[in-house]
Amino acid sequence: MNASETPERIVVVGASLAGLRAAEALRDEGFTGELTLIGDEPHAPYDRPPLSKAVLSGWLTTDHTELPRVRDIAARWLLGTSATGLDLRARRVELADGRQVAYDRLLIATGTRARPWPQQQGGTLHGVHVLRTRDDADRLRTALAAGPGRVLVIGAGFTGGEVASVCRDLGLEVTVVHRGDAPLASALGGVVGRAATGWYRDAGVDLRLGTTVRALEGDARGRLRRALLSDGTVVEAEVALVAAGAMANTGWLAGFGLAADAHGVACDHTCRALADDGTPRADVFVAGDVARWPHPLYPGQLLRLDHWDNAVAQARTAAHNMTRPPHDHRAHRPLPAFWSNQFGVNLKCLGLPSLADQVVVTQGSLDEHRFVAAYGHRGRLIAAVAADSPRVLDGYASLIEAGAPFPPELNATDGPDRLLPLDAGFAHRPAPVPDRPTVPSIPPAPSLRSVPAGHE
Amino acid sequence: MTTDSPPEELRLVVDLNRCQSYGQCVYAAPTVFRFHGEEVLEYDYAPDPGIRREVERAAAACPVQAITLGRATEPAPLTTESAQ
Repeated sequence: MNASETPERIVVVGASLAGLRAAEALRDEGFTGELTLIGDEPHAPYDRPPLSKAVLSGWLTTDHTELPRVRDIAARWLLGTSATGLDLRARRVELADGRQVAYDRLLIATGTRARPWPQQQGGTLHGVHVLRTRDDADRLRTALAAGPGRVLVIGAGFTGGEVASVCRDLGLEVTVVHRGDAPLASALGGVVGRAATGWYRDAGVDLRLGTTVRALEGDARGRLRRALLSDGTVVEAEVALVAAGAMANTGWLAGFGLAADAHGVACDHTCRALADDGTPRADVFVAGDVARWPHPLYPGQLLRLDHWDNAVAQARTAAHNMTRPPHDHRAHRPLPAFWSNQFGVNLKCLGLPSLADQVVVTQGSLDEHRFVAAYGHRGRLIAAVAADSPRVLDGYASLIEAGAPFPPELNATDGPDRLLPLDAGFAHRPAPVPDRPTVPSIPPAPSLRSVPAGHE
Repeated sequence: MTTDSPPEELRLVVDLNRCQSYGQCVYAAPTVFRFHGEEVLEYDYAPDPGIRREVERAAAACPVQAITLGRATEPAPLTTESAQ
């Protein structure tokens, strides 16, 4: 068949949130052919956000994180086996166990994995953890429940903060080592980051800013005992969580003709994967954390969003486009939205704060846990972060989408008398957003914006 | 579906971008939903099927309709293949 015909066989590689929601959406779109889901984990699709929170605290076990099936999908499930290769010409996915699965349309939704600690610096020691999967969470929960004398968290991004927060709830001593000047600063900037510093300190976390871990050291039995830090100090700890970001699961695509690298799989605004010459494939689509695409709100770059909301929305758009002729394709252009819960504070974010040059507190106060910070770029409102203010963001959403002036005139009853915009405090000032149409080219590594915007 | 099967398993998920922490679900099904801190909602994705009615009430009561209910598995048997 060619790309304009109705597909008879659709294969989805990746059986997590994006893969499951895409499969359901394909059936909603009227696809009646053979549907195959391939997942490298042995588990039915589950939700990752609780792994770093309610699971670690012991309130939920990981079998209580399974996602609901919202419709029958009559799929063939190939779980516990990973995809290892792709033949674009023959339209076949190769699996680790030697099987080959043929497709008319392919959806790549293989997501990301946690960046591991280097083996030669102690990464293989017993007690060194990452947190991405159900099995990771089970291992880390077991380690925390054993009551270690101190937990070391490497990285004060969203995951690092959530885990440190749970550790304090459990009464465990925690040291957090963070390269930057403030927690969350790469995603939310230095101003909100300084507020987050207060949350860490108030919770009794030993927070080491502007510091890195040189090496992890173990005892004769290969168990973690201590970390050597860049400032020359030593932290004794039996458990370490490496929360140093995520890497796209694209290794299985290397050398098979798609524009895929460690930053993700490039696709166009309709979720069609780009071949390595930059042209979109009519039969291969991408969705979720692994996808990088040109978002019309953020021209001149390819975005990759590690967001729950984006995985669901992009899966639906991809499913629609996989079953329709090109003239009926939709563009994927969501307003980014994500959230995190840490130190008892609910954080909700809209837009991409990391692109801002200025920030202003529009409601509440940074000294309290309850505030809203609005982010501007070149005099336009581009993002908002709400701390313990979950009901206020709807109003900001329409202003952000409209490109309203910054600082925004809100006249909120809990706003300051006068808006005082500050430098947003990003370590690397964002590159100017060019005023030109987006070209579907593949930016060289390092990616201009693999947006460090958190995971939920 | 076999006739001797226990009450059908249910699963749920809350869209926590949409959730505005009104807490109606916590009142309707306090063993399934809870607040941790003032505005932080936590919930059980796989509650006891015996309290399905409470969970359905919680979903219906959500002012922003952030709760999605579904099944644990589809009725059609999964054809998970161990080998070809």
